[in-house]
Amino acid sequence: MTDAGVTELKFRDPVRARALEEALARAVEAVGRAPVSVMHVCGSHEQAIARFGLRAALPRGLNVIMGPGCPVCITDVPEVDEGVALARQGVRIATYGDMVKVPGTGMSLADAQAEGGRIDVVYSVAQAVELARQSDEPLVFFATGFETTAVATAAAVLQDPPPNFFVLSAHKYIPPVMEIVAEMPDTRVEGFLAAGHAATITGWGVFEPFVARHRLPVVVAGFEPLDILAGLLKLIELVRDGRATVENMFPRCVTKAGNLRAQEQLWRVFRPIGGKWRGIAHVPNGNLRLRDEWAYLDARKRFDIDLRRLWDHAPPALVDACICGDIMAGIKAPTDCALFGRECVPHAPVGACMVSSEGTCKIWHQYGGHPELGGYGAVCAR
Amino acid sequence: MRSVLDERITLKYGAGGEAMRTLIRQVFLDGMAPAPTNGDIGLAAMDDGAALRVGDRWLVVTTDSHVIHPIFFPGGDIGRLAVSGTVNDLAMMGATDVLALTCAVIIEEGFPRGDLVRIQQSIRDTCAEAGASIVAGDTKVMGRGELDGIVLNTTGIALSDHVVPDSGLCAEDVLIVTGTLGDHGMAVMARRHGLALDADLRSDVAPINRLVRAALDAAPGAVVAMKDPTRGGLASALHEMAEKSGVGILLDELALPITAPVRAASELLGIDPLQVANEGKAVLGVRPEAAEAVLAALRAHPLGRDAAIVGRCVAERVGTVVLDTGFGRRLVTEAEGEPLPRIC
Amino acid sequence: MCLGVPGKVIDVRGEVATVDFWGVRRQVRLDVVDEPVAPGDYILNHVGYAIRRIPTGEIDATLALYEELLRRAEADDDLMAADVRGEIQGAGRD
Repeated sequence: MTDAGVTELKFRDPVRARALEEALARAVEAVGRAPVSVMHVCGSHEQAIARFGLRAALPRGLNVIMGPGCPVCITDVPEVDEGVALARQGVRIATYGDMVKVPGTGMSLADAQAEGGRIDVVYSVAQAVELARQSDEPLVFFATGFETTAVATAAAVLQDPPPNFFVLSAHKYIPPVMEIVAEMPDTRVEGFLAAGHAATITGWGVFEPFVARHRLPVVVAGFEPLDILAGLLKLIELVRDGRATVENMFPRCVTKAGNLRAQEQLWRVFRPIGGKWRGIAHVPNGNLRLRDEWAYLDARKRFDIDLRRLWDHAPPALVDACICGDIMAGIKAPTDCALFGRECVPHAPVGACMVSSEGTCKIWHQYGGHPELGGYGAVCAR
Repeated sequence: MRSVLDERITLKYGAGGEAMRTLIRQVFLDGMAPAPTNGDIGLAAMDDGAALRVGDRWLVVTTDSHVIHPIFFPGGDIGRLAVSGTVNDLAMMGATDVLALTCAVIIEEGFPRGDLVRIQQSIRDTCAEAGASIVAGDTKVMGRGELDGIVLNTTGIALSDHVVPDSGLCAEDVLIVTGTLGDHGMAVMARRHGLALDADLRSDVAPINRLVRAALDAAPGAVVAMKDPTRGGLASALHEMAEKSGVGILLDELALPITAPVRAASELLGIDPLQVANEGKAVLGVRPEAAEAVLAALRAHPLGRDAAIVGRCVAERVGTVVLDTGFGRRLVTEAEGEPLPRIC
Repeated sequence: MCLGVPGKVIDVRGEVATVDFWGVRRQVRLDVVDEPVAPGDYILNHVGYAIRRIPTGEIDATLALYEELLRRAEADDDLMAADVRGEIQGAGRD
C-alpha cells in the first residue's frame, strides 16, 4: 500500500459492505423487538450515510436517528444573528461554507451578503488569519463547529494573529449534549454512534463516565461505508446483549486519551459555558467561549453587536413551535409537527432536523419516511 | 407560508437549480407570451433555446451572459466560455451548424487592454473550432466598481432540420454523458476562496457542436433529449429532464466518468461532483437499441473519448434522480446555491 | 460533524506540511498534531490542520477488526441456528 487513495478504498468495498449489512439485519432481528433506535451525533456520519445511500440499505427494524451532531444544524439563531448583525454593521466576516445559508431570525449570512455585507468563505481558520494580515481593516472569523474544529481556532489564536483579527465563537462541545439526549424523558435511544473525528481529539475515554451513568452503549466509528456499518453492527450487538460499554471501532485514529496536545490548546483558549442549541435545549457546558485572557480578540467584547435592529422587522419566532428535540429523542415523528412541510421546508428550514441533509425532517420531506429506492431493478449502466 | 421568492435576490437564484427556475417562472414568465400552439419552442418551455418554425426548417435562437472569476482559469477564459456556452446551447436543441453569433461586452473602467485583446483572441479561436462567426456586437464601459471586470453576452442563431428538446425521455431510454464530469466547476473553485489547491484541475470548456453532430448522425432520430450540464451540474440537468419528460432516472455511480483530481478535490472540500458545472459536456437520452452506436460515435471524437453510459430512465418516481452507489441508493438532490467547501 | 480527510505527507517545513490527498496537494498546519510528522507519514486533516498521525499498520488492523466482527456475527448466527434446530428436534421427541 503506497497511496492514501488505495488504502481508503479498502473501506469502500461493496462486497464487504453487503456482508456487514446482512450481519446487521440479523443482529437487529436478534434483538427481538422493533424498531431499535440508536443515535449518531455527527454531521459527517450523516453526510456519509446520505452520500453512500446507506440509509436505503439499513434494515427496516433499525432506526438510526440524526442526533445533535451537525454544527450547521445546532448553531442557535441568536448566534447566526450576531454574525449577520456584524456583517450588516459593515464588518468583514470570514466563515466556513457550511454556515453561509443557515437562517437566523430573519436573515442568513447569504442574505446579509445580498444587502452588501462582505462575507468570505474560507476552508481553514488559517486562511482567515491570512486575509486579516492582507489589510488593516477588522476581520471577524465566525467560528463554528465542534471540538475538532475549535482546536484549529485555538491553534490560530495561539499563533499570534494580527491585531485586526477577531473571533466570534459559536463553537460547541459534544459530550454534554449526549447527556441531554440520554436524560430526555421517554427517550427511545438505546445507544450512541460517536464521532470518530471528535474522539480523535477527546479520546474515547471521555465517554466512560457517560456510559457508567446512563447504562447506554457508545461505539466510536469512522466515516467510510465499512466504518459506519461495522460501528452500527457492534452497537446493535451491545444493545442485543445488554452490555453498556464504550467500544472503539476507529482505532486507526482514536486512542483512549486522545490528542493531548490539541486538548491542551483547546482548553487554554476556550472555556465551556451553557447555551442553547437550535431546536434542542439549553446544554450545560455545551458552548465554547474564549477565555478572558483572549478578550482582546473576542468579537463579542470588541464590537457593539446590535441585534435589536435584526429583530425589529423579523417574522414571528417559528422556532418556538419547533419540536426537533422530541424528534431527535425518537418520541415524535416529523408529521407530529405543525410546521413540517408548511412553514418548515428544506429551502426555508426552521429547526435543526430540516437544515441538515440527513436530518430526520429533511429525510421525511424527501422520501416520506424510510427511503424505498429499490423495486425497479439494477441500473445496468455498465 | 413563506415564499420561495425572498425579497432580495441572493446568489442561489443564479445557481441554475430549482430556485432559479422558480424565479424565472414567477418573475420573467409573468405576462409573457404563453406556450406557442404551433409546435414552436418558446420561453415558457425553459429549454436551452427557442425553436421557431421557418418554412420546413427550424430557426433556433439562444442567448447567454457570462461572468466568471477568475477571468482566465486553467483550461480556458471568459471568451472561450462565452462562445462555447452559446454554441453548446444551440447544439443541445439539435442545431449544430451555427449561422451566426453576436457578442456584447460590458467592461469595467480600468480593465487592462491586454486582457481584452487576449479575450478577443480566445473568442476568435473558439469560433474557428466551432465553425461559427460573430456578425454583430456591442461595447459598453461602466464606472469602476459598477461591475466586476467584464461581462460578455453572446446570442446564437442556427437553422436545423430537426429539433431535440430536453423533454423527450421515455422509460428505458439510456443516458449517456459525453465525457468526464465536474472539471470546469472544480478548476474554477480551486482558484477561488483562497483554497490554494495544487492539482491538475482543468476546465473542460469547449464547443461541442461537432461532437453532438457525430452522435446525432450515428443513429438518426434515436437521440431524444439533450442538455448541457452547466451550472448546477449533472444533478440539475437530469432533474430538469426528468421533470419535463415525466420519467424517473436511475444513475450508476460507479459508471460516472470523473477524473482522479476532481474526485480528490470533491472529497477534500466535501462537494458532490454531480453538482459541479461542466462547460464542454452534454447528457444525451438515447433509445436503448441505439445506445451502443451513439456511444461509439462519441468515443471516436477527441472531445468524446471518455463518453459513458451512466444510467437509464424508469417509469417510477417521476421527476426524481436516484443514484445507485454500490452500497445502497440515494436521491440525487440539486444544489441550493453555489456549492461551497464545507467542514462537516 | 467534522470532515476529516487522510493524506500522505510529502514535505515538512516547520509547522507546515505539504500533503497529497489522492493527487491534490495542499498545505496543512501541524500545530495540533501530537506526534512528529515526517514525509511518507499519513495524517488526518481537518480544516487545514493535521489532527492525527495515522500509523500505517492501523489501517490493516481496522480491517482485521471488521473481519473478526463479521466472523463472530456469523458464528453467533450459527449458534442460534443450532439452538433453533435443537428446539425443533426436541419438540419432535416429545
